[in-house]
Amino acid sequence: MSSILILIPLFGVMILNLPFRSVMKRLAFWFAAVLFLVQMIVAVFHHSTIWGSSMTIFDPFFKVDFLTDNLSFIVLLAIGVVSLTSLIVARYTLKDENERFNFINLLIIASIGMSGIVMVSDIFSLYVFLEITAVSAFILIALQKERQALEGAFKYIFLSAIATIMMLSSIALLLLLTGGTSFAAIKAVVSGPGASFFGKFAVGLFLCGLFIKGGVVPFHGWLPDAYSTAPSAVSVLLAGIITKVSGIYTLMRIVISVFGFDVHISHILMFAGAVSIVTGALAALGQSDFKRMLAYSSISQVGYIVLGLGTGTMLGILGAAFHLFNHAIFKTLLFVNSASVERETGTRNMDSLGGLSAKMPVTGATSVIAFLSTSGIPPLAGFWSKLMIIVALWMSSNYAYAVIAVAASALTLAYFLSMQRRVFFGKVAEGLENIKEAPGGLVFVSIALAAITIGVGLAFPVFYTQLIEPIKELITW
Amino acid sequence: MNIAMWETFLRFGFFIVMVFIAGLYCMLITRNIMRALIGLELLTKGVTLLIIVAGYVTGKVALAQTMVITLIVIEVVVMAVAAGVIVSIFRHNGSLDARNLRSLKG
Amino acid sequence: MTLNTILLIIMTLMALYTVVARSLLKATIGLAVTSAVMTILMFNLDSPLAAVFELSVCTGLITVVFASAIALTKPLTHKETIEVSKNKFRRYWYLPVIMVLSGVFMAFSNIPSSLFQPQAAAGAEDVRHVLWNARQLDLFGQIIIMLAGAFSIVILFKEVRKK
Repeated sequence: MSSILILIPLFGVMILNLPFRSVMKRLAFWFAAVLFLVQMIVAVFHHSTIWGSSMTIFDPFFKVDFLTDNLSFIVLLAIGVVSLTSLIVARYTLKDENERFNFINLLIIASIGMSGIVMVSDIFSLYVFLEITAVSAFILIALQKERQALEGAFKYIFLSAIATIMMLSSIALLLLLTGGTSFAAIKAVVSGPGASFFGKFAVGLFLCGLFIKGGVVPFHGWLPDAYSTAPSAVSVLLAGIITKVSGIYTLMRIVISVFGFDVHISHILMFAGAVSIVTGALAALGQSDFKRMLAYSSISQVGYIVLGLGTGTMLGILGAAFHLFNHAIFKTLLFVNSASVERETGTRNMDSLGGLSAKMPVTGATSVIAFLSTSGIPPLAGFWSKLMIIVALWMSSNYAYAVIAVAASALTLAYFLSMQRRVFFGKVAEGLENIKEAPGGLVFVSIALAAITIGVGLAFPVFYTQLIEPIKELITW
Repeated sequence: MNIAMWETFLRFGFFIVMVFIAGLYCMLITRNIMRALIGLELLTKGVTLLIIVAGYVTGKVALAQTMVITLIVIEVVVMAVAAGVIVSIFRHNGSLDARNLRSLKG
Repeated sequence: MTLNTILLIIMTLMALYTVVARSLLKATIGLAVTSAVMTILMFNLDSPLAAVFELSVCTGLITVVFASAIALTKPLTHKETIEVSKNKFRRYWYLPVIMVLSGVFMAFSNIPSSLFQPQAAAGAEDVRHVLWNARQLDLFGQIIIMLAGAFSIVILFKEVRKK
């Protein structure tokens, strides 16, 4: 049953490209919207019996055992939400109809790739779907063929290809060690006390590849360029979900279910996470391009997730998974706000903006909610996930890392307040007197995402028991 | 596994590492972005051979071949996209020099 | 020396040539010859299907893609080429030195085979059965990525009419 998340979009893309061009273009938007809504509903109501039954029609040619457990469901929900948001943003920011049609097709292919990453149980198929997601991301960044976007896409292609080479070499070495490529076969050989030097070397190579894909320092070089120069709808998709699923979710899945935890992996993850937090926060302070600052902020928040994962305790891992979901929501909201600002004012340079909160009240208010959640202010959602990570660090006696995490929250508040002051508060800058609020669809999306952030924060106990706590079953050490 | 297989693997591994070094060197030293793409392609060749050798040594030739076939298809698409981006960069800048790609700072 | 070792040496030398070749077109041809030598190596390693794929796709298709990309991006004028290549020779001197040094290093380091654990005996399976029965998801992945590739060709190679 879980195979419908891959098969139906695939057939949809094939059908959408049949010769009835004018009909198909109008149909494409609604088809994609329905698809993502179905994905969100399926991810939330995953206890129902329809999910577990098998579809006998497809059995002769699609017998794949997918791995859908609780960690997958929360990420599937995030994929659905962010893809739907990106679709709606594209409707308002991509003016050309042909461009929008290409965008929708590539968006559907990217979501097939991401759903595949979340559901596979074999390390080579994981590589295949990682590449599908990456290729659609490359094309999406270069969609409008602006000069800077091509430069960002080029850097992303190269670093992503190096990451691919590392991961493939690791898969080849693991094939040598285990004779198979499924998660179960690798887990039997690599985890536990009997692992050999080559096993650890292969694991290390794979982790380096994932660090590049996820934008963890020191392999984050492509991230600010790609995020800031891509078209607005693509930045929403990239920052909201693609980097997280390709890099961070895969890291969590590999470390939890395949490689197992040992002291070295724990130290590497915590160190890389802490360095990311500090580097991202410090670099964000000195930016004048709105989206570039948001990109460095993403690096910083991803550092929190990796830090939480690195503790190895149950609370840390649950906090990391929760922060992954929260980050998807509030970072998407921030990028939607930047898309609204860019659409109305035509610039991303924060120094030439000012006083927009009078002209664009909804955008201003939702961006305040988003950054308060990022900095971890109660009672918003970000507060709970950061609290879980910091408490997990404290309880496992990593006092230095806990102090760094708390101090970086203050830095986060600092750079976001600076952004608010420059863009939204103060006097209205010259030339901007005629700005109106962004169109209805963008406003609706901003309000919806802000409502999710507030709602998850207020209804934290319900959210925790429904979606986060079941992840405990995966942690078997 | 027996010693003969292990020595075969070591011999192949030695030359594969040489190809990796050549590919990495090509990617890092050049100023022409097309040549960097050729270096990347060399690295991919090295990995392909590594997978085949790993399959041969463990006896799982069929699995290694299916992996290589899928890998080759994916790499062709990635190369095509990269070549497309490079051609578009050329149409904007008029040259393939990597020093023109430094407009994004900070 | 066995046939495999000779082929491996030829492959490494062709890879070296690809890196130091002066014009891009010669580098592409060097890449094609490297692929061809790899094909023969793969035949010798009991992998005929993968070898045929590699020959037709990597030696053929990728060379065509690179050559057309090079043709679409006009090369430097003759004088500039000679200027650039004089400097290049000095820089590329390092590569054979690095390779020889690392080769010597690897030859003298002994990796004991006890690092690898014993494998289960492998059954003799046909590639086509494995691909169709056990790795269907990869087949679907190939279809999906080829769709994405088709989009990329349409989007990226189209000339912008209005400037």
